Amino acid sequence: MTETLAAYSLVAIYSAIAVYALAFIAFVLDLGKRTADAQAGEGTAGASRFQRVAFALTILGWIIHVASIVLRGIAAGHVPWSNMFEFACMGTALTIAVFLAVQLWRDVRFLGSFILGLVVLLLGLSAVNFYVPITPLPPALQSAWLVIHVFVATLATGFFAVGGGLSIAQLLQSRREAGGLQKLRFLRSFPASDKLEAIANRVIIVGFALWTFTLIAGAIWAERAWGRYWGWDTKEVWTFIVWVVFAGYIHARATRGWRGNPSAWLAIVGFAAVLFNFTVVNLFFSGWHAYSGLK
Amino acid sequence: MTSASRSDRPADHVDNADAPGVAQPRLGPLGYLRFFWRQLTSMRTALFLLLLLALAAIPGSLVPQTTSDPNGVLQFQQTDPELYDVLDSFGLFSTFGTPWFSAIYLLLFISLVGCIIPRTKHHFDALRARPPKTPARLQKLVGFTSLPTTASADAVVATARTLLRSQGYRVETYGEASTGSASVSAERGYLRETGNLVFHAALVGMLLTVGVGGGFGYTGQRVLVQGEPFTNVRASYDSFSGGRFFQESALEPFSLRLDDFDADYAFDVTSGVWHPEDFTASLSTRLSGGDWEPVDLKVNAPVPIGGTDVYLLGNGYAPVITVRDPDGTAVFSGPVPFLQLDANLWSRGVVKVPDGLADQVGFSGFFYPDPVQLTDGTFRSFSPVDHGESLLTLFAYTGDLGLDEGIGVNAYALDPTDLTQIAGGDAGAPALELREGDVVELPEELGTIEYEGLRRYISVDIHHDATPVWALVFAVLILGGLLLSLFIPRRRVWVKVVGDRIEYAGLARGEDPTLAEAVAEFAQKHRDALDEKMDG
Repeated sequence: MTETLAAYSLVAIYSAIAVYALAFIAFVLDLGKRTADAQAGEGTAGASRFQRVAFALTILGWIIHVASIVLRGIAAGHVPWSNMFEFACMGTALTIAVFLAVQLWRDVRFLGSFILGLVVLLLGLSAVNFYVPITPLPPALQSAWLVIHVFVATLATGFFAVGGGLSIAQLLQSRREAGGLQKLRFLRSFPASDKLEAIANRVIIVGFALWTFTLIAGAIWAERAWGRYWGWDTKEVWTFIVWVVFAGYIHARATRGWRGNPSAWLAIVGFAAVLFNFTVVNLFFSGWHAYSGLK
Repeated sequence: MTSASRSDRPADHVDNADAPGVAQPRLGPLGYLRFFWRQLTSMRTALFLLLLLALAAIPGSLVPQTTSDPNGVLQFQQTDPELYDVLDSFGLFSTFGTPWFSAIYLLLFISLVGCIIPRTKHHFDALRARPPKTPARLQKLVGFTSLPTTASADAVVATARTLLRSQGYRVETYGEASTGSASVSAERGYLRETGNLVFHAALVGMLLTVGVGGGFGYTGQRVLVQGEPFTNVRASYDSFSGGRFFQESALEPFSLRLDDFDADYAFDVTSGVWHPEDFTASLSTRLSGGDWEPVDLKVNAPVPIGGTDVYLLGNGYAPVITVRDPDGTAVFSGPVPFLQLDANLWSRGVVKVPDGLADQVGFSGFFYPDPVQLTDGTFRSFSPVDHGESLLTLFAYTGDLGLDEGIGVNAYALDPTDLTQIAGGDAGAPALELREGDVVELPEELGTIEYEGLRRYISVDIHHDATPVWALVFAVLILGGLLLSLFIPRRRVWVKVVGDRIEYAGLARGEDPTLAEAVAEFAQKHRDALDEKMDG
């Protein structure tokens, strides 16, 4: 039973990757269409056909993706985020979830190619390289804090990913506004750089609040499990670095001369540190947070 | 921005318009101090220190740290002594305690305190002040809206007041309806600044809790072999580290004993791996003068004894080994903890017999709880579970074990370089193989060795720290303050009667992306309320 469900779950993951890849292609075609429209001197009125298809595919892919995670959880009998492969599934699912949720508030579909590209890459690499069969939860992870701490950390990652994408768009846009990058015509259909900055800021501060909670929840759990709430373990160091970089980002936004491009760079550096924490630190650094499930 | 917001924030805060007149008079010593202080408490310096702090933390993750990974540090020292010396001269093996790392965060915190003290005073005044006078012209402010009205100035003001109040604004009426210049000035979101100040003050509290409070605690590790009691005195620990202000009298008098240890494993057929599912150590604890009381210790569930907590870290097997001289007199006897090498508890251990035999004798070898012999003759452990078939394989050495020199020697390691191997390897005699209950003759007629029985051991971390509660309090304040300061908009809204028109406008104080919408929405609601009033 367990193995059947786990197998279905894996099939669903690969299906989700395929659907996401199609969505990615459609989002890229949409950018192409925006370029063409800009060339022809037409404004892009509303969503293009490509964009509507891409967005629908993203939702479909996400439903399959979530179904896969649920199946894996049922098969395992515990929350499906206890090793590297499962973290990757969760992280990408939550990134898409944040992308979809932000859409309810502001139109950020122009970001689709970035988000979908990132997700297809991360999920594909993880499914191929990090897949591990379901294992029982080791005693070190048998705690309610696993559910809370890891989930919130992964959710924060989703917000930082969308925030990072918006900041990249902001940098490109502001360069175009300054007279550069005229060849990237699709940027003309993107919001102005200050608008992009405002949305990015909103998304990132939500991520920062969640990250703060992650740190605190992790400290409480560490106190319970290891007898100290803070011990500068490699993972703790990088969680701290990420926190400080985003604290820097928020300060930069309030410092004259640091608004705009400099703070956008900080948001990107912060997201890069998040990715580094998730990949390189998990795989190559030794430490107490050794739960990748890989040898 | 208004002048009111200028005084409390550092001069380079975005809320402050370009600082007036940079022309500096000649500075006296006091002037320099003021200049330096203003630099230190500026936003730019705080930002610089924050980024520097992030950078400075990176080496702490690349190089093993004495606090979190002492064995890693030892290993580093052995494999690359030259690089070790270079890195050690920068203090990189305890990055987070080095003067340069401390200097960064202390400067950051001084900058922080210098920033929040004047802001706290200013905010305290603002909390008691009336919303400021309505600006003469609202046209240039956010969300400016001008609408015609037939309602009386009094009705406009009264409705605006009620509506703004219900939205959490503090309101103040300025001007006189009779002179035709009545207006309502409203401000809300004081909690944004309160939250911001609480957040920063709680960070200071956290630093003090960890830095000062943590200095009174201690942490120590100890291997507890089944049946052998442990008493909480410093000499009983295998490793121990006390905080800056720790005194030995702080060790609470209690004893611990491991009575039994249960480990549950599940066999994964596909990968052939045994996954641990549960570890339970049955302990007996005794406070001084009391009776032994049974208690279960698990991972993620420490056992509190008085103000001290005991944590389960690791476990393994401790074969009971007895070495006898040729006359049959025991010269060594006792359980020897073997340290885990793989998931199936294939383990390594050492026995040292410095006295009683013709020569000093050392044993070093492996323990297999569930041995299987491979075709090449070597052993592996098939599972971490002992079925009474467990196996010890030992190399034996003679020579100076280095125990007489009085320097600390790792009890779990034997350095064979200056020793003569007498069993195993190229010694001519085969390695000693003992099943539980076996007695084997030592080469060169030195005596015998017996594997008498098997016990479990656990390694525990014993920890005393009074700060977690305070750390939690400050953590909650940090999170709460942060949420308020990030998500509550601080804004001013004005409603002004100008002839037969009503003007609406807002002013953001800090990040407030939805202000224009909020003003428009308010104008709409206000009109609806006025209409209702006039109809009714």
